[in-house]
Amino acid sequence: MLAFLVQRISQALLVMFVISVIAFAIQDGLGDPLQQMVGMSVSQQERDAIREELGLNDPLPVQYLRFAGNAIQGDLGDSYFYSKPTLDVILEHLPATLELVIGASLIIIVFSVPIGVYSAIRPQAWLSKFFMGVSTVGISIPVFLTAIVLIQLFSIGVTVDWFPSDTGWGQWLNGALSTDGGLPSYGRGEELTHLFGTWYSGFFSTGGLMHLILPAVSLASIMLPLFIRLIRAEMMEVLQSDYIRYARAKGLSAGRINFLHALKNTMLPVITVGGVQIGIMVAYTILTETVFQWPGVGLMFLEAITRSDIPLIVAYLMVVGLIFVITNTVVDLIYGLVNPTVKLTGKKA
Amino acid sequence: MTTATVSRWDRFRESFFWYSFKRDKIAILSTLVLLLMVLAAIFAPWLAPTDPYDLAQINIMNSELPPVGLDGADAAFPLGTDAQGRDLLSTILYGTRVSLLIGFGAVLLQGALGILFGLLAGYLGGKVDAVLMRIADVQLSFSTLMVAIIVGAVFKASFGNLMFGEIAIYMLIFIIGVAEWPQIARTVRASVLAEKKKEYVDAAKVMGFGTGRIMFRHILPNTLSPIFVIATVQIANAIISEAALSFLGLGMPETQPSLGSLIKSGFDYIQSGSWWITLIPGLVLVVLVLVINLLGDWLRDVMNPRLYKG
Repeated sequence: MLAFLVQRISQALLVMFVISVIAFAIQDGLGDPLQQMVGMSVSQQERDAIREELGLNDPLPVQYLRFAGNAIQGDLGDSYFYSKPTLDVILEHLPATLELVIGASLIIIVFSVPIGVYSAIRPQAWLSKFFMGVSTVGISIPVFLTAIVLIQLFSIGVTVDWFPSDTGWGQWLNGALSTDGGLPSYGRGEELTHLFGTWYSGFFSTGGLMHLILPAVSLASIMLPLFIRLIRAEMMEVLQSDYIRYARAKGLSAGRINFLHALKNTMLPVITVGGVQIGIMVAYTILTETVFQWPGVGLMFLEAITRSDIPLIVAYLMVVGLIFVITNTVVDLIYGLVNPTVKLTGKKA
Repeated sequence: MTTATVSRWDRFRESFFWYSFKRDKIAILSTLVLLLMVLAAIFAPWLAPTDPYDLAQINIMNSELPPVGLDGADAAFPLGTDAQGRDLLSTILYGTRVSLLIGFGAVLLQGALGILFGLLAGYLGGKVDAVLMRIADVQLSFSTLMVAIIVGAVFKASFGNLMFGEIAIYMLIFIIGVAEWPQIARTVRASVLAEKKKEYVDAAKVMGFGTGRIMFRHILPNTLSPIFVIATVQIANAIISEAALSFLGLGMPETQPSLGSLIKSGFDYIQSGSWWITLIPGLVLVVLVLVINLLGDWLRDVMNPRLYKG
């Protein structure tokens, strides 16, 4: 176990090192800090003096060590646009993204487990086939398109008048196919509760929750099909194992077998895969936040790109890299803990 | 007739592949829809009523006209027009062309990279394998979309908007190809590991063939069917990635739109009620990706030897 721990942690450190080198290369290759700091009127001599003073003439390894040393101490430079430390900017935007991810994860858990289990227990039922079909279509719809359709349906609203409105059934069909809209599709709203530090939460007010619904559903829509398929596949495998057959032979009730014995062993791989997938959701938050103008780190990153705010781009890379590396390492370690048969050398095929 | 004169076409018609294709309605339908879209995209310059790249043919007075069947529609623009007055049918035809071009190009690039690295990792093993697969692991754990967004962002910041717009097609092929090679490399490596234990490889070694010849001429042909399956799905993924990048403003410019940038430019007008500018290209994108995914599913079922026997 100790060897496993050391191996995983040293691998995480190596990945962080590579990320920091890439981030440093971007900073060094893209931005000339001097251009941002001084005006046109500054003479060449003065420029050279500042350049020397900032250490921009030092050899690259020295500059990298300075960059890495500052980064470890939490100093990733100042944002050009916000004129304050980039880490502070990111910490201000992080709660919004975290709440979006939490909301989406809740939706995924609430829907994927029952649907996955049901379609594993009754693979031939028409409802299971329907869920599988919907999840195939769901995988083919990009997350930003789901978001746009949701906005059209539930924020703007759709009025259907295809059927004759002078008949009862026509009126009923028109009404059933139309949607009211009215759900907010922009930002987080005004009703935010201050929790601590920079964390303002939308979970504790109706307005905040209403603003969360559409973005969270959009973000969940991309992962939900994957999780339904994963839970279904794992559950079907578990249901064929010997101990389940033994439990059936013993005459235990179907409910007890399915939900007590089988589900427990189904959830183990699902949780570990799920941990990694939730890390991947960070990439999709960029798309979701762009559509809904959700003031999280994804939107902040995209705005930083349009503004060529290089320190902020670099800081985002470092922070997101760190989040990815930590989730992956923790998931690996948990997997190693609960499943001691995992090979110590490298990942399984 | 002797067996030697049996043509490739006859062999194809006798194959299990063709047999199962004929019996699968979804596969036939997907192929037809895909063929239709590919042909429409290839012949877009002849099929499209107007040339969306030609500013002289665009009249701003025609902007935001709805599709035929709605109030205020103009029969000259069957699917309506976008905010700049461009005919939506023409922009969609040209956009599908750009999306498909990037999708195929990116998969060709990631196929080349993936096959090369997968063969090297699987056949040579040892340090080469460890290093290549660790890079692939790390890249995959970051998700290919994240890698593509970051590479795209860096390119855009270093080239500037105008320059990036001009070479956007090549940039996107490069970005998506580089971001997604691990998917193919892993598949190739897994089949190479199974193949290299077989006797024909030993025979080739005994005959004194070089490593490169054994890898590319002997092992590679036997790993083609899983590559084929994954490449199909990867085209769908590449098209989605391109659309996502374009939607974020890191892809095709509005003057030379792909389906993704059409959706993006239409999204700005959805609140004013012009839903067709964004939702019709969106529907085309979903149908395109869906039929490719369905074909991929079918190919996997047919070509996977394990499923075939089971």
